[in-house]
Amino acid sequence: MNKQLLWLPFAAFIILGLILYSGIGKDPTKLDSRLIGKAIPAFSKSLLLSDQTITEKDIKGPALINVFASWCPACYSEHPYLMELSAKEKVVIYGLNYKDDKQDALKFIDRLGNPYNMIIFDNNGRLGIDLGVYGAPETFVVDKSNTIVYRHVGEVNERVWTNIILPKMLGTEGQ
Amino acid sequence: MLPEIGNLALAFALGMAVIQFIVPLVGLANNQWRLVLLAKPAAIAQFSFTTLSFVCLALSFYWNDFSVAYVANHSNRELPVIYRLGATWGGHEGSLLLWVFLLAAWTFAVTSLSKSLPAMTRSTVLAVLGGVSVGFLSFILFTSNPFDRLLPIYPLEGSDLNPLLQDPGMVFHPPLLYMGYVGFSVAFAFAIAALIEGRVDSLWARWVRPWTQAAWMFLTLGIAAGSWWAYYELGWGGWWFWDPVENASFMPWLIGTALLHSLAATEKRGVFKAWTTLLAISAFSFSLLGTFLVRSGVLTSVHAFANDPVRGTYILIFLLVIVGSSLALFAARGSKVSVTGWFNFLSREFLFLINNLILAVVTITVLLGTLYPIITELMSIEDMSVGEPYFDTVFTILMTPLIFLIGIGPIINWRSHKMSDLIKRTRWAFAASIILAFLQAFMAQDRSLVDQFQIFIGIFLVFWVIILNFSDWWKRSYRGKSLTGLFRRVSLSSMAMYTAHIGLAIVTIGVVLSSNLSIEKNVRFGVGDSHDVAGYEFRFDKMSEVSGPNYDALRGYFTVSQNGNDIAVLHPEKRQYRASGQQMTEAGIDSTLTRDLYVALGDQLPHSDDWAVRVYVKPYIYCLWLGSILMALGGLLAMMDKRYRKKNRIIKEDADE
Repeated sequence: MNKQLLWLPFAAFIILGLILYSGIGKDPTKLDSRLIGKAIPAFSKSLLLSDQTITEKDIKGPALINVFASWCPACYSEHPYLMELSAKEKVVIYGLNYKDDKQDALKFIDRLGNPYNMIIFDNNGRLGIDLGVYGAPETFVVDKSNTIVYRHVGEVNERVWTNIILPKMLGTEGQ
Repeated sequence: MLPEIGNLALAFALGMAVIQFIVPLVGLANNQWRLVLLAKPAAIAQFSFTTLSFVCLALSFYWNDFSVAYVANHSNRELPVIYRLGATWGGHEGSLLLWVFLLAAWTFAVTSLSKSLPAMTRSTVLAVLGGVSVGFLSFILFTSNPFDRLLPIYPLEGSDLNPLLQDPGMVFHPPLLYMGYVGFSVAFAFAIAALIEGRVDSLWARWVRPWTQAAWMFLTLGIAAGSWWAYYELGWGGWWFWDPVENASFMPWLIGTALLHSLAATEKRGVFKAWTTLLAISAFSFSLLGTFLVRSGVLTSVHAFANDPVRGTYILIFLLVIVGSSLALFAARGSKVSVTGWFNFLSREFLFLINNLILAVVTITVLLGTLYPIITELMSIEDMSVGEPYFDTVFTILMTPLIFLIGIGPIINWRSHKMSDLIKRTRWAFAASIILAFLQAFMAQDRSLVDQFQIFIGIFLVFWVIILNFSDWWKRSYRGKSLTGLFRRVSLSSMAMYTAHIGLAIVTIGVVLSSNLSIEKNVRFGVGDSHDVAGYEFRFDKMSEVSGPNYDALRGYFTVSQNGNDIAVLHPEKRQYRASGQQMTEAGIDSTLTRDLYVALGDQLPHSDDWAVRVYVKPYIYCLWLGSILMALGGLLAMMDKRYRKKNRIIKEDADE
């Protein structure tokens, strides 16, 4: 048997390893790059807690827009940390209640508390589609000129906040 | 207190694993036999500590200790006890602990069932297994500790287990699947030991075969259980989605199947030695790759655990070390074990070669399809994934010749076989299969030509395999005497082969008929309405509210009748879980061998009492699970064969197997 041939599986595996390495840390559901650096898309939605209308002009950055829903289990574990962020760190957070039932959403806020400045009620998911939301929870970082600077897919916790989101927020304040 | 004991036990287990890994290898290098023999007690101690740690986590769930973060995130007081225990492996950290626990259990099994092994081989095998344990234990301790506490402030109530996982399927599916994944580590360790010693022979193959068969059996059951769970729990009527995580479990299965066959050739005829060791390394490598894919966040999937680059990087490095060094060892030493045997073009060896080739190509195809999103992104083509059409097409094309060969495999002799004899022995089976397949395709006249063609091919293969395997079994054992000869006159290994092959044919019936003949309808149902679907009359009798232990549900009552006789009552539910508020659809299913009736509640239509209801009639889908169980039974029979338990000597071969 040709001895060199025996190295073939090893070589194939190294290539596989490189491919896998390129996938690490990149988010498979990352935001289309065209939305980063752009303003929040125009919308007009009603609020969850009142019947008033909210548009993109009512969002005042720097802030977070947090996509949540009562049907999303990770949102329940994420919520206490959002409460902490808004109470202790005075972070402005807008809620985007995504494809949810109004009663369920109200119950959710009632039980777990309200960390949000305002909650946009996106019952048909239209705004979510414009933002490129895949699911909940997702969090968008918006700078003071209402430009989207970052999108985080998945739960926001202390590690994500200090390592990823806070640097992005500080970066926007420097501008 | 308990979580601390668990944590400490885990740390001790790591210490023992390090000893089990390093000391015997040092001993081997310096000919210090005392050190070599330390492998066994270290392995037993490692198993004891891992078990203790696992029990501590399970008890934390049982006692609702929400100060443990992992418990608080995955359980709840209202959760029934059985699901609380199942929740032990319901998340990333706990499922990893299950993984190391099972790895330690397999290791322990090796220590107690390997008395006939030379002490040196046994110690090397245990050292390799210890090395794998070291990797997983430190992964748990340093990145994913399930015993982390939420102190001093901890929740009074947990946030509940994902309702999808609150199902008997969750209790059985992961342990079975992991038993399979982890089980391949034993064959892997044997392969490494063989490469180090530079010796692969019949005796070696005979040691490895029962371990591989056991792992393969568990993996078969695990995959089948997962598929069954998806079928009735997700409410889409599908049973296989080519999801990355499903693929991750399917790839080790394909390679494991190839390994089973090439091991047989290595044992009986001493051929394919280097290839067999490569397969043994690959089967476990694919299990590790599966772990990586599920936990690294490089691919999106309904099963994926966490999107965490730290964990991803750790597992990738671990994967590179373990698999990379094994393949390098293979490259360096493989030529020592490779031999050239001879066999004819028409021989069992040659069929095994084709079998292995096809299974390897299928595995690579599935791998490429699974990694396609990463590859396209790397080459900066637009981000996209290949879907079911790709997998279905390639898989069908590749599996058709493979299943055809299963028909003649048992008949063909080792070394060489006469073509004229093969034709003589198979012509009647061929004719009968063609006729039966034609009839079945003819019965599906209302279907498109493509569907009919697929049914024809599929049913031909099914009868071809069943007739040939069964007639061969019959011919060898019955010989015009009593029926019990069927079970007495052939070895368990042969019986295992027939059973597994017939099982695969039965799975094929399920695949072909359920995917080509299923009827699916979305119907608007009001209470009292009746609708006809595929000759079955579905009547919506009433809707009532029911309460489960931790959920409230609306339950629909549907009566199904055929030709005026009531044949089934179905109870689909729409559940709302109290703790998380999540909604779940529970399908109502009535199964018989020839068809499933399947009803899933959609949404209540606005401004009315009517419901959108999905109704499916799926012929022969039950064959999927039945066939899988037969295949697993094949694995069980194979490993029970007496000759694996005979003492350390070469037994005269039965040339027929």
